[in-house]
Amino acid sequence: MRFRLFDISRKLRNSIHTSWMIASLSIVLLIPLVLTAGLVIKSLPLLEQQPLLTLLFSSNWKPLSGEFGFYPFIVSSVWVTILALLFSIPICLLTSIHLTQYAKKWVLKIMQPVIDILAGIPSVIYGVWGILVIIPFISDHVAPFLGKSSSGYSILAGSIVLSIMVIPFVLNILIELFNNIPVELSEASLSLGATRWQTIKFVVLKKGLPGIISSFGLGMSRAFGETIAVLMVVGNVAKVPTGILQPGYPLPALIANNYGEMMSIPQYDAALMLSAFILFVVVLFFNAGSRLLIIRSGKHN
Amino acid sequence: MDQPEISIRNLNLSFEKQQILKNINVDIPRHKITVIMGPSGCGKTTLMRCMNRLTDLNTQAKVSGNIFIGDRDILNTNDDITEIRKMMGLLAQRPYPLPMNIFNNVAYGLRISGRKKKRFLEKRVEHYLRQVNLWEEVKDRLRDPAAVLSIGQQQRLCLARGLAVDPRIILADEPTSALDPISSQLIEEKFAELKSSYTIVMVTHILRQARRIADHVVFMYMGEVIEQGPANEFFENPQMEMTKSYLKGLFY
Repeated sequence: MRFRLFDISRKLRNSIHTSWMIASLSIVLLIPLVLTAGLVIKSLPLLEQQPLLTLLFSSNWKPLSGEFGFYPFIVSSVWVTILALLFSIPICLLTSIHLTQYAKKWVLKIMQPVIDILAGIPSVIYGVWGILVIIPFISDHVAPFLGKSSSGYSILAGSIVLSIMVIPFVLNILIELFNNIPVELSEASLSLGATRWQTIKFVVLKKGLPGIISSFGLGMSRAFGETIAVLMVVGNVAKVPTGILQPGYPLPALIANNYGEMMSIPQYDAALMLSAFILFVVVLFFNAGSRLLIIRSGKHN
Repeated sequence: MDQPEISIRNLNLSFEKQQILKNINVDIPRHKITVIMGPSGCGKTTLMRCMNRLTDLNTQAKVSGNIFIGDRDILNTNDDITEIRKMMGLLAQRPYPLPMNIFNNVAYGLRISGRKKKRFLEKRVEHYLRQVNLWEEVKDRLRDPAAVLSIGQQQRLCLARGLAVDPRIILADEPTSALDPISSQLIEEKFAELKSSYTIVMVTHILRQARRIADHVVFMYMGEVIEQGPANEFFENPQMEMTKSYLKGLFY
């Protein structure tokens, strides 16, 4: 009898613990759903008044007269993100290839914590560094060199700061990716008389291609959503930028700068929520696409 | 014995203070199947990797001694390493097809050494795929990725890929360990055919396989060569106590 009692309490305890786990799991699961629903509901008042396409492709941002054109912000975000990736892709690829294919083991051992430190620096510090170093460099050297004048606060400054922030993130994925490609595959290529570089070009990069693409997809979604550091150096002027030396105003900066202020303007709240929703969808899209690519390529090999 | 294809003299290899190969002296006869056997971790794979200098990849490994192929000491030479490796086709424990289609897997070695004419490549690829009895199975799907083949077919594809660079020597590291019995038999039969034109070195720890196909045996234990000689002498009349007990299956 005693034994049975013990048995029941053991089962009971087991199910209590299991239910805790399920509860926390469902919280994690619910957060994105609740977030999405909240954003949609909050932005509905604006969507009911004006068609989505007009909002997306109008360049007029005049909240006081009820005009909310998101085009300047979307263009700024796209420019900053793409430029940042263009700067960081070659650096990430070359570094990760060197570290995994050429360098001695101890070099990677030293570099790993360095990369982690880079990844761990708060973004506001990157922003300050951008203001102190990148902005004067652009206004004093880059712009005059190109025969233009610029305050330095520009798309270019934002993308440079952003590219440095993306590097450790993408680099870590790439290093793991290249380390997971079996050595035997490279050995097979070498034993057929290929040089180191031929092996990397035809075998390692080819095998890793889906993973490489998706690592940049993940970096892209990271860059698209980055707020503070970009906001500090990008200029924040709500006009469609026509060159990389001009100021821009990416979506995250729009939200961070304005939410909580001027909320008495009608529809302003809904407009900011809609921009948050756009941001959310874009980031989700890149994230999901990249993960899908990783999963699919994993199955295929 | 004629002039051996490969002569290994006083080969030592250590890895982070641990000595893996201890003063190895081995002769590998031309156009025969030489089997290197011994328990796991005795250094047989490492010995094979020294022969085509894959040990170079491991920067912590220290190698000394000589490996002669003909008169050339391939361990201590400034010759192009890719030329040395091309003399030896490598077959690994598991097939590792390159991430490309079946045709390109075989054509890869030719392409990287600059043979790019389409007609030539087509002829060579067919020739080598026929040589490993794979042609009939894949001729209609040469453009499919090599990963779709069965593991036995992949291993034969890897053999064809190795033969395509026209090596003198085939190095095989437990080439049948991942294969089913029928695929293993196909590889063994192929080796028996190929030895008329190639020198074959094979690592195995399957005693029965060694008995079936070996012409010459090198027995290793703990990084040392214990005994070596022609297969019939080695199996019928082993000289060393350790060899005798290994052959009886007293340790593995």
